[in-house]
Amino acid sequence: MRAYIIRRVLQSLIVFSAILVIVFSMLQITGSPAAVLMPLESTEEEVAAFAKEMGFDQPLPIQFAKFLFGVDTVDRIWIGKTQNIKTSDVDIENAERVKTLGVIRGDFGFSYRHEIPAMGLVLEHFPNTVLLAVTAVIIAILISIPAGVLSATFRNTWIDHSSSIGSMFGQSMPNFWLGLLLIIFFSVYLRWLPTSGFEAWYYIILPAITAGLYATARITRLVRSQMLEVLEMDYVRTARSKGIVEWIVIVRHALKNASIPVVTLVGLELGILLGGTVVTEAVFAWPGVGFLVVDAISNQDYPIVQAAVALLSFVFVGVNLAVDILYAWLDPRISYS
Amino acid sequence: MAVEQTQTLDQDTIEDEPRGPSDFLLAVRELKKRPPAIIGLFFLVIVIMFAAVPQLFSPLDPVDQDLARYIKPPGFTDKAGNIYHLGTDQQGRDILSRIIWGSRISLIVGITAVIISGLIGITIGIAAGYFGGWVDTVISRIVDTALAVPFILLAISMVAILGPSLQNIILVIALRTWIVYARVVRSEVLSLKESEFVMGAKAAGCSTIRILSIYLFPNVISTTIVIATLYLGRMIIIESALSFLGLGVPPPTPTWGGMLADGRSFLDTAWWISLFPGLVLMITVLSVNLLGDWLRDVLDPRMKRIAD
Repeated sequence: MRAYIIRRVLQSLIVFSAILVIVFSMLQITGSPAAVLMPLESTEEEVAAFAKEMGFDQPLPIQFAKFLFGVDTVDRIWIGKTQNIKTSDVDIENAERVKTLGVIRGDFGFSYRHEIPAMGLVLEHFPNTVLLAVTAVIIAILISIPAGVLSATFRNTWIDHSSSIGSMFGQSMPNFWLGLLLIIFFSVYLRWLPTSGFEAWYYIILPAITAGLYATARITRLVRSQMLEVLEMDYVRTARSKGIVEWIVIVRHALKNASIPVVTLVGLELGILLGGTVVTEAVFAWPGVGFLVVDAISNQDYPIVQAAVALLSFVFVGVNLAVDILYAWLDPRISYS
Repeated sequence: MAVEQTQTLDQDTIEDEPRGPSDFLLAVRELKKRPPAIIGLFFLVIVIMFAAVPQLFSPLDPVDQDLARYIKPPGFTDKAGNIYHLGTDQQGRDILSRIIWGSRISLIVGITAVIISGLIGITIGIAAGYFGGWVDTVISRIVDTALAVPFILLAISMVAILGPSLQNIILVIALRTWIVYARVVRSEVLSLKESEFVMGAKAAGCSTIRILSIYLFPNVISTTIVIATLYLGRMIIIESALSFLGLGVPPPTPTWGGMLADGRSFLDTAWWISLFPGLVLMITVLSVNLLGDWLRDVLDPRMKRIAD
């Protein structure tokens, strides 16, 4: 068990290093990061000057090292090497440059537009995204577990059919369109709920339903198939033959045993939602990371985008790791090899 | 020459075997028992025809603007006698015509992305499964990483950085989806490479390329087709999400997602701008998914758990 956990943690660290490479490459991929960052109407000279100022003219490994460990640290070593002086003697204060601490220390540079640290801004919006994702998963569980259990219990009746049709539609519906429909019905027609923003608790209802759509559909299908499998088991038949009330058999004997894969899926859905509420946030102007990123993209404010991708990926890796460890703990039969 | 001979030999032996009905016949037989899949197929054929020859079906010009027709409800008739069956948008364009032309981008992006990602995924999956060792380890870590980065977040950032164009959208979507194929193909190949016919081929001295392409590749095709169909719907949704966020194929080309974005500002006055494109989008994805479920049950019943 311990060896398994250590191995999973090491794997996660490798994955996280690779994510940093991706985040670094995001701007490099066009070949000219300076051109991406500058306004479209800039002249070639302006772009070149900006590239020099930002250090985009230096070799890629140097740029990556700066990205990781910060401009000061890397420049000291670099200048020290080229001028043949001790690293600590380099006069870094008088060198004109954009200073960052490097992403290893959580510094993704300054947001060009807001002129405050990008990661700080992302972290400020992160709790709203967590709140939305967690609420969406809770709503998904509240709908999908009863729906899945009822479908399996009343297999091939109208209850099962309507639940299956519902989850088929749920998986096929673009959730941003569901969001628009909810706004048309609940905000415009009934005038019950607000269309956008986050000023009171009930502002979360429509975005959470929208964000949880796919999770609801997928969990319903899994609960149904798991329950069908478990209801065939000998111990369920034994419980029934002992004369135990049917709903106790279903909840205590069947659902409990069907729940392990469901717990795993719920964990995965939460991980997906933490990084996947971007479109929902854009529809409802929900002040989370996704909304911040969409806004940053339209302003070419890429440090924010990089910080957001890194943070959300890191969270996803963390949630997955937690789910795997939880799974191993819940089900001792799983092999760790 | 030697290669050709073995091939004919192989075919002869196969011909001698008593043959049951082909997979295709089985699939069609199964289709008769599944009304949802027939409905799905029917809608999909319509959408494909829309995308192939929109000019035959589109009643009006999809990009013809006229502010005299600013946001008119469904059924509006202008002075020239043109009927706007599903109404007009904020630039006076006919929504029905735009929906018909919009099917193009959805299908082109969906199908091309599925094909490209399928080819990359199969190749990498076969390599990882067959060679094992460090190749497998490296590929597995790449897969883990690609899975960890939130897809839609990376997609919108990359399309924004590379610039929104048809090629870039397809590229960004395909560069993430190959993982799904690679994972499933890898596990298939892991069990296939232990099977007798692969062992036999190895013992007979077949080259690695030949084993991979003639013995392994055909055996992962049916699984891949199932994944491709089940993922086609998702690709279409992702394309429309990008268009919805303003990162799709640039205007004036009509896209379903772009139409939904247009309608967003008029939810309180003109519901039809955002209702109809979304409805067609959902029906298209639903049709693809219904077909995918059918293909999965026919071609590869073992997939049931994986794809769920």
